[in-house]
Amino acid sequence: MRRTGRIVLPALLAGAMSLVATAAGRVPQPAYDVDKSTTCVAPPAEMRRTHMDLLKHRRDETVHAGVRGGKTSLEACIDCHAGKAGGTVTGRPGAFCEACHAYAGVRLDCFECHQPQRGAGTKVSGAEVPAR
Amino acid sequence: MNAIPDRTRPTRRALMIGGAAALGALIAPGIRLVEVAAAPRPQGEPVSSKVRWGLLIDANRCDPDCRECVVACENENGWPQAKRPTDVQWIRKVDLKDRKSGRAVSLPVMCQHCAEPPCVDVCPTGASFKRADGIVLVDRHSCIGCRYCMMACPYKARSFVHEPVTTQNPDVPRGKGCVESCTLCVHRIDRGDGPACAKACPTQAIVFGDLNDPDSEIARRVREVRTVQLRADLKLDPGVRYAGL
Repeated sequence: MRRTGRIVLPALLAGAMSLVATAAGRVPQPAYDVDKSTTCVAPPAEMRRTHMDLLKHRRDETVHAGVRGGKTSLEACIDCHAGKAGGTVTGRPGAFCEACHAYAGVRLDCFECHQPQRGAGTKVSGAEVPAR
Repeated sequence: MNAIPDRTRPTRRALMIGGAAALGALIAPGIRLVEVAAAPRPQGEPVSSKVRWGLLIDANRCDPDCRECVVACENENGWPQAKRPTDVQWIRKVDLKDRKSGRAVSLPVMCQHCAEPPCVDVCPTGASFKRADGIVLVDRHSCIGCRYCMMACPYKARSFVHEPVTTQNPDVPRGKGCVESCTLCVHRIDRGDGPACAKACPTQAIVFGDLNDPDSEIARRVREVRTVQLRADLKLDPGVRYAGL
């Protein structure tokens, strides 16, 4: 009897909680800090599902064919999506990429090589350097 | 409606070539100190094999005590100054001395951007590749860090990143577990600029340009001055050439 109670009670509790949550529309959502939220590439609902495909397509074009710039470049993504606090898309609990990936439990590998900070790094030469 | 180009007005390219020629005339006939930057590709257009990027390094002009090109590369590409033998090094200064005559030369050595790159032949994942315009690169997305390419390269041009990196230049992603080497500043070339080393050299010993364009400064110099490719016996046809060796 006691054993059955141990199994049934948590299951009942979990069921009740999920019901409450969906009925009231209170599914916990990831909280993120973002500087500019736009629909420059696609609406957010679509971006949530396809951003990885877009990035992968773009990365091969950039690395192998030298197609750079524009609104679908990773740098352009970071420019808008970096948070007001810290100006980064990862490395902070509320950072744009990190918040959602932690919520979804998906490992985020991009920023082991890419710079997540807007306008950071050791950038010394930009377009402002005149062509010789 | 498409804009119709106005043929009566000088184009940017024509202006730049004219300007450089005028500058060159001040120095010496036939020798231009200022390299003409390539006209940038229109955005969204892939690289083409009509272009073969290369460097011409004049060892006679290279000062043995100067390492401006190395410092410029460190800053541009965000790799720290090499202190240990295992540290990353995209470009290094090499001093040569002929024991009999005592003649010494100093020259920078980096990835030689071979037309037949052995690093590409040995790569098991296809990460090491040659871009259409002759630049040999590592696609870090598929590099597994096996380091076969480092063994295959006769110029010891490639390095392995042993430690996590956090100070990348946004244009130059790099990280632990991948092999990397000189990219000829591919991010700068893609916006119509030249490599940082060529730009930083105080004696203009490094000339960057398109080897396939007979009118380019580099092609003209290669045609007129005796230049060599390092280990030419290997028949790898490097895009980097040296004068005064």
